[in-house]
Amino acid sequence: MLELRKDIFADERDDNLKEVGKPTQRQDMLGHVTGTSAYYDDHRFANLLHLKILRSPHAHARIRAIDDAAAARAPGVKRIIRAADVPVNLNTLLSLIQFGKDDEPSLATDVVRYKGEPVVAVVATSERAALEALALIRVSYEPLPAVFDVEEALKPGAVSVNAAYPKNTFEYYNKYDHQKLRFGDADAAFAQADIVLDERYQMSPIEHAPTETNGSIAVPDTNGRFTVYTSTQALFFSLDTAAKINAMPSNQLHFIGGTVGGGFGGKVDTLTEPLAILAARLTGAPVRHRLSRHEEMQFGSPRGGERIYVKDGIMRDGRIIARKVHAYFDSGAYTRLSSYAAVKCAAHIPGPYTIPNVYADVYCVYTNRTPATAMRGFGVTALDFALECQMDKGAVAVGIDPLEYRMLNAYRDGDMKAHRREAKNCALIECAQVAAEKANWPLRDEFRRMSSRAGGGAQRTSGGADRTRAPAPAPAAATRPAPAAPQRVTYERPAASAPAQNAPPPRTPAPPPAAPPAGSTHGAPRFSSVFGTRRR
Amino acid sequence: MAKHRGRGVATINYPIGMNLGGDPSQALVHSNPTGKFTVALSSIDLGQGMKSVTRQICAETLGVPVEDVYVDTADSDTGPHCMGSFASRGTHRVGNAVMAAAREARAVMMEAAAEELEVDPGDLETDGRGAIQVKGAPHRSISVRDVAIAAQFKQGKTISGRGIFLVPLSDVNPETGEMSPATCYAHACLIAEVEVDDETGDVAVLKMTSAYELGRAINPKLVEQQLVGGSWMGMSHALYETPEPYYPDTREGPRDFNEYLMPGPGDICPHDIAVLERPAADGPFGAKGPGEMCANPVLPAVANAIFNAVGVRIDELPITPEKILRALKARGGAAGAASARAR
Repeated sequence: MLELRKDIFADERDDNLKEVGKPTQRQDMLGHVTGTSAYYDDHRFANLLHLKILRSPHAHARIRAIDDAAAARAPGVKRIIRAADVPVNLNTLLSLIQFGKDDEPSLATDVVRYKGEPVVAVVATSERAALEALALIRVSYEPLPAVFDVEEALKPGAVSVNAAYPKNTFEYYNKYDHQKLRFGDADAAFAQADIVLDERYQMSPIEHAPTETNGSIAVPDTNGRFTVYTSTQALFFSLDTAAKINAMPSNQLHFIGGTVGGGFGGKVDTLTEPLAILAARLTGAPVRHRLSRHEEMQFGSPRGGERIYVKDGIMRDGRIIARKVHAYFDSGAYTRLSSYAAVKCAAHIPGPYTIPNVYADVYCVYTNRTPATAMRGFGVTALDFALECQMDKGAVAVGIDPLEYRMLNAYRDGDMKAHRREAKNCALIECAQVAAEKANWPLRDEFRRMSSRAGGGAQRTSGGADRTRAPAPAPAAATRPAPAAPQRVTYERPAASAPAQNAPPPRTPAPPPAAPPAGSTHGAPRFSSVFGTRRR
Repeated sequence: MAKHRGRGVATINYPIGMNLGGDPSQALVHSNPTGKFTVALSSIDLGQGMKSVTRQICAETLGVPVEDVYVDTADSDTGPHCMGSFASRGTHRVGNAVMAAAREARAVMMEAAAEELEVDPGDLETDGRGAIQVKGAPHRSISVRDVAIAAQFKQGKTISGRGIFLVPLSDVNPETGEMSPATCYAHACLIAEVEVDDETGDVAVLKMTSAYELGRAINPKLVEQQLVGGSWMGMSHALYETPEPYYPDTREGPRDFNEYLMPGPGDICPHDIAVLERPAADGPFGAKGPGEMCANPVLPAVANAIFNAVGVRIDELPITPEKILRALKARGGAAGAASARAR
């Protein structure tokens, strides 16, 4: 059930519209609900050939020899494709936007770097014939030690995974092995914080699990062109990638897509099109290359497992004065898009909060597992999990209602963000207010009156001159510039409203707090109105 | 042995479009000789409703009924370049490109109508129902169909337009991370209510309540479908899914949907949603985009709700019954946050 709250921010909108804002039925609804929308695999061709991939059984191994003689003679086999047959075997997806080095082969040459890496492709008259031929291929491997943990991979002497990045980290700006974010002086602020909270979070790899697995059909057209029916999420991205790998002018490729059975980020990598096109060129016949469910689940790229350490410096009045993040993106054996996600992650730190001192190092790390790729919320989902669990712990530590603690620190129009851009068009506070109202989550009056549009500004982050010092642990009233009265955040609340919370001692001795204004309970941990009692 | 209820919250924002920008999309709009419009794109409709959103934006900008616009997409021979359907960029980037193309087409349409009505184009308006009329004098009007026929066969004009939208690529300062990651952000707050069985470690998500701020809901039904579906994915991420259950150990990877756990219909809970609209300065009609963000707040909200229910923090996803039972054992049993020692 969805409710449009047109009353909020109404003064910023022109709602005098005729088509926008209406729940118009989708243009493709009839096709979808009657099962007549055409997916890539709904196209039928006479003499269709099928491409199947022989994959590495090892996480890391040297290829000594490949014997495909028996497979080449097997019934129905039209062509065996080896690395040497691929015109431009080494590629990296983001080379299209000049980001990173070519590091991933279409078919492995001398080394395999993850279990499931493609080694040889077989093109045959049926999927069964192709699979039976795969079983006849003999590859002699020399297993090598492998590394699976991002922090192990960064240790001196760790197994080197990726030949283009021998130190197991993506190179940023030809200079650093990580993406930096520096704002204010986090270490100085930690020394002044009442509470320091240092925690570790681990995101799991996740499979996109689309109903339709990755796939494509490449069909030789007249005049030297090829028509490619594809499940891609990014038509020209896939077209240009396939053109590069096949060393073809892009206008020899005609890509047709558009109805996709679920993507979620897993259909950007162009896993099938380049070899399907190559096979169609080599055989002169239409070729289908589609991943089986097993391949999709284990060897189609997943969401990466990100490890994130978050350290917060918090004052007893609930202000977060410092946040330090160390994040490790498990890119798997090759880069694909994880290098990009790490920058996006750094840009997102410290979350939608105004914190005057922020420090982050974000690493894109290579390990011997299936290369990770984009997935819904790429670079941000794991960080949000870490930051929002951290916010909950912070609220408990200072004894403030977890929603109020977020609102207290929420960014507002005019605040300076850690990547040094002024916040505008903020609405976190309003979302919190509306969700609280709907869920009967009690908020105190001053939080119900708070606004993203008032009270923000340079003073909250000392945006200019001296950010080396955290703001002194001043009473709350001083943390914001004198705002319009209704938006004023204060912390007044009877201390007797609840028993004192069992707060942990600060890890560093807190400096004596400034004298609170009369009536303030600054520094006195309070008990949350929501989490204070066990709900049944 | 008991079932414990708790609730948890998360507040998030989400950047719209590819980080740092530099991700263009183009659109072409043209009328056929009888005043029906085609939008040509190469953008992909993943099921999220790209075609419908761009169709409504085009109709609104042209000033014609939505039925008179058809979106043709995902053919590289006819659709101009689009970076792709990812990074929550469809509504914002492609929507803006379509708007620009529709504006150009509308200008020609109004000129052609002005010539037919022998007035100044500036004195004309569309009625949104298929006619163009003189402002303040609706009886002096002409149908879009007649304008298109006149433009094609009499005036020799193409009622068409080109559009591109590009947020210029931002530099990144290698030392400080100073950058312009995005031009606008969507926002959300989500409250999850769970029930945790301290004997089995099972977690049932009972209810979600949320507020999303998305700039402008171009089509509220499509927004709802995204937010509801996305919250299921978030719940699935929080409690069920992993292709590597012992990560970073690579053992026991699932191979199919029998082995890969996801919630079933019985695990889905009611989701009460509010949508707020604070228009983005550079969004089409202010729109940002709900695409990716709708899964994000669910993961931490569920984790925080579990803590609220039984007093244990599980900081490694997914939060399986095994992890909950081990944590409960380590802490000596379940207890709500009231008695949970703060960490």
